[in-house]
Amino acid sequence: MQREVYGKKLVYFDNAATTQKPQCVIDAVDEVYKNYNANVHRGVHALSDMASEAYENAREKIRAFINAEKKEEIIFTSGTTASINAVAFSFGEKYIKPGDEIIISHLEHHSNIVPWQMMCERKGAKLKVIPVNDNGEIILDEYIKLISGKTRLVAVTQVSNALGIVVPVREITDIAHKYDIPVLIDGAQGIQHGMADMRSIGCDFYAFSGHKIYGPAGIGVLYGKEKYLEEMPPYQGGGDMIKSVTFEKTVFNDLPFKFEAGTTNFPAAVGLGKAVDYLKSTGIEGITAWENKLLSYATEKLSAFDEVNIIGNSLNKMPIISFVIRGIHHYDAGMILDKLGIAVRTGNHCAQPVMDRFGIDGTIRLSMCFYNTTDEIDILAKGIEKVLELFL
Amino acid sequence: MDINEAQNRIIEEFSAFDDWMDRYSLLIEKGKELPTLEPSHKKNEYLIEGCQSKVWLYPEFKNGKIFFSADSDALITKGIVALLIELFSGRTPHEIKNAELYFIDKIGLRQNLSPTRANGLLAMIKQMRLYAMAYEYKMKNQPDGNPSQQNTK
Repeated sequence: MQREVYGKKLVYFDNAATTQKPQCVIDAVDEVYKNYNANVHRGVHALSDMASEAYENAREKIRAFINAEKKEEIIFTSGTTASINAVAFSFGEKYIKPGDEIIISHLEHHSNIVPWQMMCERKGAKLKVIPVNDNGEIILDEYIKLISGKTRLVAVTQVSNALGIVVPVREITDIAHKYDIPVLIDGAQGIQHGMADMRSIGCDFYAFSGHKIYGPAGIGVLYGKEKYLEEMPPYQGGGDMIKSVTFEKTVFNDLPFKFEAGTTNFPAAVGLGKAVDYLKSTGIEGITAWENKLLSYATEKLSAFDEVNIIGNSLNKMPIISFVIRGIHHYDAGMILDKLGIAVRTGNHCAQPVMDRFGIDGTIRLSMCFYNTTDEIDILAKGIEKVLELFL
Repeated sequence: MDINEAQNRIIEEFSAFDDWMDRYSLLIEKGKELPTLEPSHKKNEYLIEGCQSKVWLYPEFKNGKIFFSADSDALITKGIVALLIELFSGRTPHEIKNAELYFIDKIGLRQNLSPTRANGLLAMIKQMRLYAMAYEYKMKNQPDGNPSQQNTK
């Protein structure tokens, strides 16, 4: 993407909110609409077959990308939020009784808090929260203490969207599995950094959004282990999710269609498949190596300012840095940076509990990815100098 | 100086700068110069809803005129509320209610604020007008009344 804002070349540092799209992804979506736009799994005609094939190919590409065992375990949704809500409803209906407990962490995005609160309200269950230390890291000992005979599910993020801290999801999963407790991982901020290997993590559910991994908006994935998905009731009824319908009884379709009621965003699914191809051909190791370099460079640059305080100083981070500037409100700083052509996010990042934990009401968040450069970080550093000059 | 003369003065002040960065500096200066709000007035009941950063607006009614004081945790926002105070403080409810605010577009303020901040600006104006309406109503019905924010909504 080459574009200017306010007459300056845009520096895009809001990749944790959404990533820019490679041309091949835009072309892939374009091609669906131009060449084989027809509803999937419905028609007997050639065009519908083409669309269905492309859609199912995309599913297979995603299965391979996240190293899931079966294609049936890949459910297309509209995004991470929809994926988590689907589990919160369906899992809740099947397995949760009054007095049961769900464990989440203090680092969660509202999308991995509110669906569970709603489920707890509906089912009379309780939410337990794993605390974090002053570096923003999950305290595993406290997590172990929270597990009880009533724990039915653990739902944690893979990477804090607000602070960039990496959560030890494999350890968390291993511990939960000792007690036969299933685990859901919110992978919204992990997937794009090559961290989604289902068989290595061993988690039972994994949710992510297409638009954060260079794919289109409006498409996401819920990975779920077959044994749970088979047992869980669908959360939406409609077309494509049924085998037969009479007014007396409906027989649900097999996986994954049982959870894909109605027409899904199939052009976006094809685009997501292309994004996965793109990442593979670019090389995920190279991407993460560059992102780590950006993270160290930016951390060093920001730490050089006496007035800058980085929130979450864990050594295990993704290329996200949340910081506050002493004496300057994050909105003020964000606004000036915006005028300088630098896109950062300010506010609580849909993670109010994390902000409360650190006694702040918001931060400036710099979220980088592989197409960012160290020159852009230098531009940001100059921008911060300007902010300091204006406000202090 | 009536409200329009005050608006013209603000327009003149801002038009001295071409670059929006300089205009922000001016807003920031105005924010810094705004007299501090008494801590006892920094209460939730004086918080303006619809602003992303916190803005407290405290009205006082003396001799038929409304005097505003305000504070914000963000300096640009404080500068914006300072502009509104410059225009509205010490005016009668009638003047505030009927003022046509053309300075916002003239100085390009709306275009240079993020949509959420532009909404915040409108929320501040709306709150000042609500106080004006409430005081006008009180004047008619019970002179010397001091409405709280609750009964202005």
